[in-house]
Amino acid sequence: MSRTDGISLTLSDLHHGEQHLARQLTAVAERHRTDHEIHHVATDLAGWSREHVRSLAEAGHAHGLDLGDPAGTPTPGLLATLREKAAEAVGHRPEPGLLLLRDLRELHLAAAGNSLCWEMLAQAAQATRDDDLLALASRCHPRTLRQMRWTNTMIKILSPQVLTSL
Amino acid sequence: MDASVDRIAWPWGSRTPYGRHEPWPVRVDTYLEAGVEPARVQRWVQTASILHSDGDAMDIAVLDGRMVGVRGRAGDRVNRGRLGPKDLFAWQANASPDRLTTPLIRQDGRLVACDWDTALERITSRTRELLADRGPGSIGFYTTGQLFLEEYYTLAVLARAGIGTHHLDGNTRLCTATAAEALKETFGCDGQPGSYDDIDHADVIALFGHNIAETQPVQWMRILDRLEGTDPPRLVCVDPRPTKVARRAAVHLAPRVGTNVALLDALLHEIIRTDRVDHDYLAAHTVGFDELASRVKECTPEWAARICDVPAARIGEAAEIIGTADRLLSTVLQGVYQSHQATAAAVQINNLHLLRGMLGRPGAGVLQMNGQPTAQNTRECGADGDLPGFRNWQNDSHVADLARVWNVEPRTIPHYAPPTHAMQLFRYAEQGSIRMLWISGTNPAVSLPELARIRSILEQDRLFVVVQDLFLTETAQLADVVLPAATWGEKTGTFTNADRTVHLSDKAVEPPGEARPDLDIFLAYAARMDFRDKDGAPLITWHDPESAFEAWKRCSAGRPCDYTGITYDKLRGASGIQWPCHEGAPDGTARLYTDGISWAHPDVCESYGKDLVTGAADDVSEYRSLNPDGKAVIKAAGYLPPHEIPTEEYPFQLATGRTLYHFHTRTKTARAPQLDAAAPDVWVEASVSDAALLGLGEGDLVEVSTPRGALRGRLRVTGIRPGLLFVPFHYGYWDTKAGHGPDGDTPPRAANETTVTDWDPVSKQPLFKTAAAGLRLLERADGEHAPAPTTTASAPARAGTVPATTGGTAALATEATEATEAGEAGEVVEAGGDGREEGAV
Repeated sequence: MSRTDGISLTLSDLHHGEQHLARQLTAVAERHRTDHEIHHVATDLAGWSREHVRSLAEAGHAHGLDLGDPAGTPTPGLLATLREKAAEAVGHRPEPGLLLLRDLRELHLAAAGNSLCWEMLAQAAQATRDDDLLALASRCHPRTLRQMRWTNTMIKILSPQVLTSL
Repeated sequence: MDASVDRIAWPWGSRTPYGRHEPWPVRVDTYLEAGVEPARVQRWVQTASILHSDGDAMDIAVLDGRMVGVRGRAGDRVNRGRLGPKDLFAWQANASPDRLTTPLIRQDGRLVACDWDTALERITSRTRELLADRGPGSIGFYTTGQLFLEEYYTLAVLARAGIGTHHLDGNTRLCTATAAEALKETFGCDGQPGSYDDIDHADVIALFGHNIAETQPVQWMRILDRLEGTDPPRLVCVDPRPTKVARRAAVHLAPRVGTNVALLDALLHEIIRTDRVDHDYLAAHTVGFDELASRVKECTPEWAARICDVPAARIGEAAEIIGTADRLLSTVLQGVYQSHQATAAAVQINNLHLLRGMLGRPGAGVLQMNGQPTAQNTRECGADGDLPGFRNWQNDSHVADLARVWNVEPRTIPHYAPPTHAMQLFRYAEQGSIRMLWISGTNPAVSLPELARIRSILEQDRLFVVVQDLFLTETAQLADVVLPAATWGEKTGTFTNADRTVHLSDKAVEPPGEARPDLDIFLAYAARMDFRDKDGAPLITWHDPESAFEAWKRCSAGRPCDYTGITYDKLRGASGIQWPCHEGAPDGTARLYTDGISWAHPDVCESYGKDLVTGAADDVSEYRSLNPDGKAVIKAAGYLPPHEIPTEEYPFQLATGRTLYHFHTRTKTARAPQLDAAAPDVWVEASVSDAALLGLGEGDLVEVSTPRGALRGRLRVTGIRPGLLFVPFHYGYWDTKAGHGPDGDTPPRAANETTVTDWDPVSKQPLFKTAAAGLRLLERADGEHAPAPTTTASAPARAGTVPATTGGTAALATEATEATEAGEAGEVVEAGGDGREEGAV
């Protein structure tokens, strides 16, 4: 396997990971419609991952990769509406708090996986003197770290109340 | 004779022009009820205004045990004798016949009168049950920006160390949270850098989303007096409404709401491009400039013009004025704080001052304003989402220090996460994890966003709601226990205005019936709960306002808001004093950061900072590596589009806000006849072009709707920016048939029926300025007019088309100035001097 193939594999992995995170963030935003800060910030952060997906597709092209639909498929409207309605129906119940903590944990882990991929790409870019790839990683990786810090902060704030009130 | 002025028709009174660097002349405003001559006043009792954050010092006139009027205090640094319309007239609400005079408890679904013992017993027994069954996290407190310092401090101690709950916040979350957060982000710590005296010295005053003419009318008088004097300042105004400030501005920018960061980034871009940067100041006192410079590199005026919908040339002119200022004063309020990207935008205004080195000198300062009169104390005392004395909840040594002051174990004080903010508190109540909510001095059933949701939370059977207030407000009507509170003029205490000036407010008259001071209520509850310190002694060791103040001084010692040099005696008879005031600064401190940045070091700062987009907290190691020497932090922020943007169904943007004549939910101001008549009901403002497009005119009954709900009011066509609607948020339902919310007979009229539940992730301040809305005609006007003032930003676009707002003889107040009274001024000012000064005995 050549050098380039390793980078391509990682690009492809990360492209998948950012797509997955964008979908997950959007789903969490919809599922927790009645936790308003979660809803709004998760929606904003999904935007970051969708941008990363587009940038990675472009970078992939430069590496001879076709990473498919660069837009990051948005969730179908009907499903989104159903999730939001479900959130409103249980808005007065405490149990969604536990679900929210689990969702935040999943988001954090997904972002951590992406963060490590960005780290790998940045290292490889330096080794191969690929300035474009290094610039991409330098631009995007900080946002991934911010996604992780946000999920961590929300878990820190919410878990004392959620875990002691059931 | 003194000059008499109708202060409803002429809210800012007569001019006393003065030149740059000169002292602001005295003008003493007095209003006494009809038939009371000054000579008949038996006592003048010292206080300051509790109807806005300005802290206008005044004396209450007392005759036969009742209030009969007010007079500005000539010797006070804040107002030099002047009073605004609310100061002059709203005191009348104290004697309103519908004051609460006994506690009420809910029995069989109805609120019935009871004695204090019964009401307090019900509260303490519910507290004990919840503590036993569900723990301290099931109890929350939601307080206000209108109590006194001593009351907030007592509440903070009983909640944080007595109950041990994290859930204590103020409605200051709605008005001043972003001011505090922006100061923490930039300077590491809360604390107003500037001083009102800076108005005397500035050559440029930039007002960002701050309609000072209506929110702090006395400081607007000061600006007007400078505009009439020699070497007047130039004003830069950022406001989408045609405010009085906008009309006097050298440059008025009326951006699309929700785009403040884009506009500010363009201003910063221009300052850097033209190199109006104080490089020595930057090097000595800041970190982070390079990142800002790269962030705003592409943010040209042309770029911002497309986003903000203001001409690029105007942005350039504003940048030119700010960039060439000799002494720049900036003030900031709700147009920034209640808008999208609130903290990010407020921080960019701090950045303008850091770049230009405009801090800590006369005329060079920032005023991140407050809305409410005692919001500053909510922040200092830890009755909002902070620890007392601006201590850092993430710093164990700060928590240990607080535990030492309170003589409790550090783990008694919840500090594993930031104190819970108001919006989260209501979310916990909605979810059912908070089961008791004690609301003091505020009316969330009118003032919080999305009222249908708030009512549904407060109406839950499982939530035990205590309301402590003056009147049976919309919120009190939903309570399980209602406690009648004494207010301003009926109790003693101190409070602090937006420029750190501490005033004493003495008791002038007895409260009505069995109403008690808020301090007494908290102390009675604490005594019944028998809160103890770690040695088994009572946790709360004070028993009256002055002993509470002394306790607070011990908590504030060595902190940025150091009160140790202030006593009640020092405040009596004198001007208010600006904190910090201690041995080293016995007369107080006019400006912070005169000699560098003092509270940003990692070991002393109140906050390690947050991500300006996500609100995620940084930790100490990140902060230490960013800012090891404790300089000011220049934080860059990019523009993000608002979450709710206009659609076909909701083509307008909606901003809610205030009017000059009312305060909050009108509990006091609607009970003062002059103020009520000036703005008796809700209205809707739309622009000339939008009204023409929809075929609407002055006085038409219209409906404003959003995905949350709708309200109806009569239309006022003004010079507001096209595409934007404005609705005042003061109006609720207590004076309608329905009582606490709309029903079949009472159409919705509260602005917050329509507002969105969304907040700035950094300051947690709700967004009241960025909703999408629809507008439609319900009924053509048949000679009616919108009940909106003509004297303010609500003035009709075409003058003379509606009757002018006047107050008539009932609103005549006297003005005594040195100029008009020549040598007699002193005599006139002391016209009521037959009565003794309260402080003199």
